[in-house]
Amino acid sequence: MSTKKVIYGIFDDDHALIESAKALKTKGIRVADVFSPFPIHGLDPVIGIKPTRLSNFAFWYGVFGTLSAVWMTWYMMISDWPMNIGGKPSFTWLENLPAFIPATFELTVFCAAHGMVISYLLVNKIYPGRKPHNPDPRSTDDKFVMQINTFDNKRVEEREIMDILKNTGSVEINEKVLS
Amino acid sequence: MEQHVSIREPLILGDKTYHQLTEDISRPVEGKANRLYKILLTISSLLALWGVMCFAYTIGTGIGVWGLNKTVGWAWDITNFVWWVGIGHAGTLISAILLLFRQRWRMSINRSAEAMTIFAVICAALFPVMHMGRVWVAYWVFPLPNQFGSLWVNFNSPLLWDVFAISTYFTVSLVFWYTGLIPDFATIRDRQVKPMMKKIYTILSFGWSGSAKQWSRFEEVSLVLAGLSAPLVLSVHTIVSMDFATSVIPGWHTTIFPPYFVSGAIFSGFAMVLTLLLIMRKVLHLEDYITITHVELMNKIIILTGSIVGVAYLTELFISWYSGVPYEQYAFLNRATGPYWWAYWSMMTCNVITPQLFWFKKIRKNFTATFIISIFVNIGMWFERFVIIVTSLHRDYLPSSWTMFHPSFVDIGIFLGTIGIFFTLFLIFARTFPVIAVSELKSILKSTGENQTSSVSKHDEH
Repeated sequence: MSTKKVIYGIFDDDHALIESAKALKTKGIRVADVFSPFPIHGLDPVIGIKPTRLSNFAFWYGVFGTLSAVWMTWYMMISDWPMNIGGKPSFTWLENLPAFIPATFELTVFCAAHGMVISYLLVNKIYPGRKPHNPDPRSTDDKFVMQINTFDNKRVEEREIMDILKNTGSVEINEKVLS
Repeated sequence: MEQHVSIREPLILGDKTYHQLTEDISRPVEGKANRLYKILLTISSLLALWGVMCFAYTIGTGIGVWGLNKTVGWAWDITNFVWWVGIGHAGTLISAILLLFRQRWRMSINRSAEAMTIFAVICAALFPVMHMGRVWVAYWVFPLPNQFGSLWVNFNSPLLWDVFAISTYFTVSLVFWYTGLIPDFATIRDRQVKPMMKKIYTILSFGWSGSAKQWSRFEEVSLVLAGLSAPLVLSVHTIVSMDFATSVIPGWHTTIFPPYFVSGAIFSGFAMVLTLLLIMRKVLHLEDYITITHVELMNKIIILTGSIVGVAYLTELFISWYSGVPYEQYAFLNRATGPYWWAYWSMMTCNVITPQLFWFKKIRKNFTATFIISIFVNIGMWFERFVIIVTSLHRDYLPSSWTMFHPSFVDIGIFLGTIGIFFTLFLIFARTFPVIAVSELKSILKSTGENQTSSVSKHDEH
């Protein structure tokens, strides 16, 4: 079995990490991932992360919520058991629409928000009981960890990657062999 | 780079590093509780216990044990409901609307303000549920199939809108709050050495690792949830106000209610945030994070919303006179000069006059003065709801049924009990959760920390 080697470049500043990622990119070296205590703005395009589509999902969950509210109010108030409340009979859904707006709005927000959060947990694969996989516990405190897989960058020498990391301000470089 | 930072007041005081932020925010979770904390927790849990006993008595005997009578069928219960829901609104305003406006000062206070929202909504929801009388069939308010009763729920009723609004508001606030908490739980998790603590915070943090993709999704979710919560929070108190506005009771039947209630809610909510935070910064030693700059900004929002509320009171008076409707005119005359004049004028003093003191910079930038005024506003806003509800009801169209409302010991016990429940939950939160959104705060440390901003200005002098 071939050994899979991983290099972790540890930084103590987010801007230094971005600069380093840019330097690596110009050499054609692929950064596998970055672990940081807070979001680093401007990093995603450098290391080739596509913008998330979660908000599109939220929109469609919202549409689903609106439609379910429309169906629910129509079925319960107009179709299944129409009632004459206070001399205001329920003839058509459109006629009663003003009274249905609040519930429709709330259900739209409910479905969009919860649908999006559930999708977020699923695509991020985070749930109670999951083991964290950040390589260094300091990456949720004050360190910014860049992960470079040597097997992603076969054309470049390991030595060279480490030199770039060191020259661009990495305070610590660790290696790990994945079995 | 951002140039404006050097002229703004720093939002984080002291010479802080990222690690120092982690230390400061983890300290309340890891350290031992001090005496003051234990005393506060004992008092509030005893109050909560008393409230639970009054609740049990109400359930066992029926709502006849409250002071309600034939004429005043809504009193303290709905007053407390509206008061608590209103308090909750500040949390969402801070976390959602200020996020959309990119106000950075929100970051030190949003976590605890959102916690306040959730606990306040829990307290609020207890009242309508209790008022149903038969609490074990409370789920009938949801649109369930016919075999549970005989009919569907009525979508024309503002009370049903309330069911939708409050349940959406509570659950959405809860997930919004928890989404933000996950990375901060991970921060606490990664520094634990005791296996039990490590295990608890591993579960709470959902295995968050802080990879680039996770953060990118995190930011998207925060933004969209803020965008959804902003109209939601406005809709919730609008719908609460419609419980009154869609009726034909003089003093309730007004179109001004939705904006008036929403601004009143934000007004009272900010007062409660200030009350809580001014205690919390002392008890948990967060003086460097909740600074006088934060307090001053919140006080400015109190002036704004307090003035809107004041204008609304005067508009109501004017419109009741201008409408020419004798019932409407009498309702307001009775409020100001009738047997409940003291409630009306307490409301006017606490809500309209006291917040105007914040026009003075000395008062606005003083912790003690702010704390005292925030208590006044809390009291005033409770009276506002009491005045709206009880004075409109106690003298109805039929003078023979005119009466007064006298709260029973159960009414008082339940109200004090919810205050106890609220503070107990908040105190437990303060010692187990990261009370400040530390990951967000780290992202602005370089632009708003005291050491960094001063070094920027030094650099400018060259």
